[in-house]
Amino acid sequence: MYRAIVIGTSYGGLEALNMILPELKKDFPVPVVIVLHIGEHSNDIFIRHLNAICELEVKEAEANEPILPGFVYFAPPGYHLQIEDDYSFSLSAEKKLNFSRPSIDILFETAAWAYKNQLIGIVLTGANSDGTNGLKTIKHFGGKTIIQNPCKATSPVMPRFALKAVQPDLKLNLEEIADSLYQLVRTK
Amino acid sequence: MNNYYDSNTELLAIELKLLFEGIYLKYGYDFRNYSKAHVRRRVLNFLGLNSLKTVTDLQNRILREPDFFRELLDELSINVTEMFRDPEFYLSFRENIVPKLKTYTFFKIWHAGCATGEEVYSLAILLQEEGLLDRCQIYATDFNRKVLKIAKEGVYQKSDMQQYENNYLKAGGRKKLDDYYKSMYGSVMFDKMLSNRIVFSDHNLVTDSVFAEVNLILCRNVLIYFEKQLQDKVLNLFHESLTPSGVLCLGTKESLRFTSVEDKFDIIDQRLKIFKKKII
Repeated sequence: MYRAIVIGTSYGGLEALNMILPELKKDFPVPVVIVLHIGEHSNDIFIRHLNAICELEVKEAEANEPILPGFVYFAPPGYHLQIEDDYSFSLSAEKKLNFSRPSIDILFETAAWAYKNQLIGIVLTGANSDGTNGLKTIKHFGGKTIIQNPCKATSPVMPRFALKAVQPDLKLNLEEIADSLYQLVRTK
Repeated sequence: MNNYYDSNTELLAIELKLLFEGIYLKYGYDFRNYSKAHVRRRVLNFLGLNSLKTVTDLQNRILREPDFFRELLDELSINVTEMFRDPEFYLSFRENIVPKLKTYTFFKIWHAGCATGEEVYSLAILLQEEGLLDRCQIYATDFNRKVLKIAKEGVYQKSDMQQYENNYLKAGGRKKLDDYYKSMYGSVMFDKMLSNRIVFSDHNLVTDSVFAEVNLILCRNVLIYFEKQLQDKVLNLFHESLTPSGVLCLGTKESLRFTSVEDKFDIIDQRLKIFKKKII
């Protein structure tokens, strides 16, 4: 049984999420937590946009907030997003990792510690190597790992770095991801 | 990062608990109620840097070598800061707080968790431009003496100044940032006129009690590292320290929601997290 999905992406990420998130219907049983690199800009505009096209409720993750099904959470810009062992969020303003804050690695690593093998980690299109170490940690803990097929990614750099370090459970094109997630969360 | 504990997270949790208990008993610093994900990551990182295998090995050295403990303290305390961080906060401060401060003949400010001091100097500059600096006393505190020393000196890297100048202008600055410092080689030193009004002191929010009665508290991006109960405790400490109608400024992603003081404060600026203590 899976308890959470974490997704990391940067360049081209919003377009990719535009394809995946609307396919997850209201009763999708697992929360989705996302780091999308967008610099120091506010999340407000694309969260509003995604809410208009998604059945799940899309919001920015808040400190101390419990992580619940029915929601898609985004890391706030300028902060690292961590998952605590009681499945709630905490934030950190410490220095950038992989030139990024929020860093995908920090979300993935803390998620892996909290959810262990009940976690699905996904690396999508992006232009740097953030997420690779985090995906490795998810694999160590027995979680499911998915990497977007770099040949079809807007920017293949991030999936390629991840593929070099991790033999993923699935290498998928964008349009296959939502279906696969449904298959995974339905298996007991 | 460290694979030793991957298959035994329970053991790690126990060893971390013992480490923080030991640090508290030996040195009086209390990390026992810090956010677990945060301290775990920092400690595992520190193990890697020092080629240590287990937290127990680390504990052995920490309890015997005070200098080594200081190094771990630096790893555990997050001192990332910048001048006029979140410029919009300073804009809101000018608009919403300054008019009220102007009605006082004298007021006190407590900047809790000031790290290397960049935000204290930012505040002092703002108050100077509003004609308020000579009417106030600023207490700037941190539990890390090393960063407090840097704050006291007011000497920073010249290379950061361009970004700070941008922040300063976005924050509603009325002059130029370099009007407030002198350049020397690769460094800049801020004007003593600013620091004359600031007292820098060693104070630990977790283990020390009320610092002084003050009209305004700034504590930005400190509570995020604490577990909820500890956040509650510190927020109550702030509430106790504030005069009636005193103002509390938190980091932009911090909040009074889900805390025990939520109904003891009114909201002045919801987005930039500025609150006012209710009279009763």
